[in-house]
Amino acid sequence: MNAYYSVMAARFRALLQYRAAAAAGFATQLFWGAMKVMVFQAFYRSSTAHQPMSLAQSITYIWLGQAMLAMLPWNVDREIAVMIRTGNVVYELLRPRDLYAIWFSRILAFRTAPTLLRAAPMFVVAMLLLGMQAPASVGSGFAYAASMLAAILLSAAITALISISLLWTISGDGISRIVPGLVTIFSGMIVPLPLFPAWAQTALNWSPFRGIADIPYRLYMGHIPPDQLPYMLAHQLGWTVALVLLGRWMLARGTRRLVVQGG
Amino acid sequence: MQYRWSFVMMVLGTLVITAGELLGIWVLFARFGSLKGWTLPQVAFFYGGVNMAIAFGELLFRGFDQFSTMVRQGDFDRVLLRPRSTVLQIAGQELSLQHIGRFALGLAALLWAATRLGIVWTPAKAVLTMGGIAGGVCVFAGLFVLQATICFWTVESLELMNILTYGGAEAAQYPLSIYRPWLQRLFVWIVPLACISYLPSAAILARPGESAPLLSWVSPLAGVVFLAVCLRVWKLGVRRYCSTGS
Repeated sequence: MNAYYSVMAARFRALLQYRAAAAAGFATQLFWGAMKVMVFQAFYRSSTAHQPMSLAQSITYIWLGQAMLAMLPWNVDREIAVMIRTGNVVYELLRPRDLYAIWFSRILAFRTAPTLLRAAPMFVVAMLLLGMQAPASVGSGFAYAASMLAAILLSAAITALISISLLWTISGDGISRIVPGLVTIFSGMIVPLPLFPAWAQTALNWSPFRGIADIPYRLYMGHIPPDQLPYMLAHQLGWTVALVLLGRWMLARGTRRLVVQGG
Repeated sequence: MQYRWSFVMMVLGTLVITAGELLGIWVLFARFGSLKGWTLPQVAFFYGGVNMAIAFGELLFRGFDQFSTMVRQGDFDRVLLRPRSTVLQIAGQELSLQHIGRFALGLAALLWAATRLGIVWTPAKAVLTMGGIAGGVCVFAGLFVLQATICFWTVESLELMNILTYGGAEAAQYPLSIYRPWLQRLFVWIVPLACISYLPSAAILARPGESAPLLSWVSPLAGVVFLAVCLRVWKLGVRRYCSTGS
């Protein structure tokens, strides 16, 4: 276990150093979020019908999305990608360690460190100046935190899947380009999921991507009450386990394929 | 063979993302019915035009994206030695065909919108539309050049420029009247995206009182002027690069 922990810690430390890039990215995100908020404000003002989410809630949802942007499974850990592309991954297979667990630990740090860097200032600025609300209650706040942890695990599992799919060059290329787009839609990052048409809600509620953003954000706002937390966590962690198992299976098949081809 | 597949996947990826944005717009209209008086086909018209413009701009001028690496590795000197325009050389480095996906989707959105709106395509309206898009291509091209020009002063191309390019594209896909005045002013006077999509489109969609007809006809020229300004700044940057004798 210690080996995996130190891999994660080292990566974490390395990633925390990218602060200058973070500042520029921060400004860009502020602009993006502000624009989305303006669009939503214009839409809300165009209708007097009752909506599943209030404007204030939508605004909070949008800023939460910007704060947590770095944890979305949009991209792959570069070193793993290079490792696969150059074929050096076979050297990893020689080591008496669980390759999936090592990669998962790396990816966990890869998803967490930039998020922490970005989230704290975004929370502060958005809450003070940009109309983001505080958690609906203390219970909601805790539920959000717990759900966020599960969300990061889920995101790591999805990122691992995308990374592992690179072992198949052609399909991997495709998957790594298409999945981010799907994630954006079905996690609620384009439009909050409750605002989708009523007939789509059941399907949306079952998708794994919902656990990345929609579930924790709605817990934060109390839109999903905190007593629902066990069910929400079950949803998120259930999908995480399923995707981890799928990832492990794919990795085994993919690496076996590599070895058979003569690396 | 692999290259072809890789290309197909890239196009597919861009398509999914662009389709996702369109889906978002559709969902919001399904939910709210209208956007401050604008309907879905009208917004789709704006969306189509802007996406065609930026996709075409990316297709031609994405070579400038690599510019910061070029400068850092000292390859720009080779470009200067050749008796051809620096701009054409760098732009010509890469014909970024993957953006065809976005262009196609934009075109599809525009044509769908035109049919739904019952627009009768007179030669005048066609010219105005194409002029608007061409002007948009000029604006985005100017922004890409500007983004690379910053490399003459700092080694890294500022990520902040993306606010103007991709942020601008995002903003212009909705009618600019829905935004706060400061944003409207930014996209009329500083980066004339309004002149490209909003003003001409508003004339085509014939909303009374939104813009003076003559202004709509002249406004795509603002894009050309903007590009000319950006190219001038580029030349300044090149001169400075030469004089510091890197």
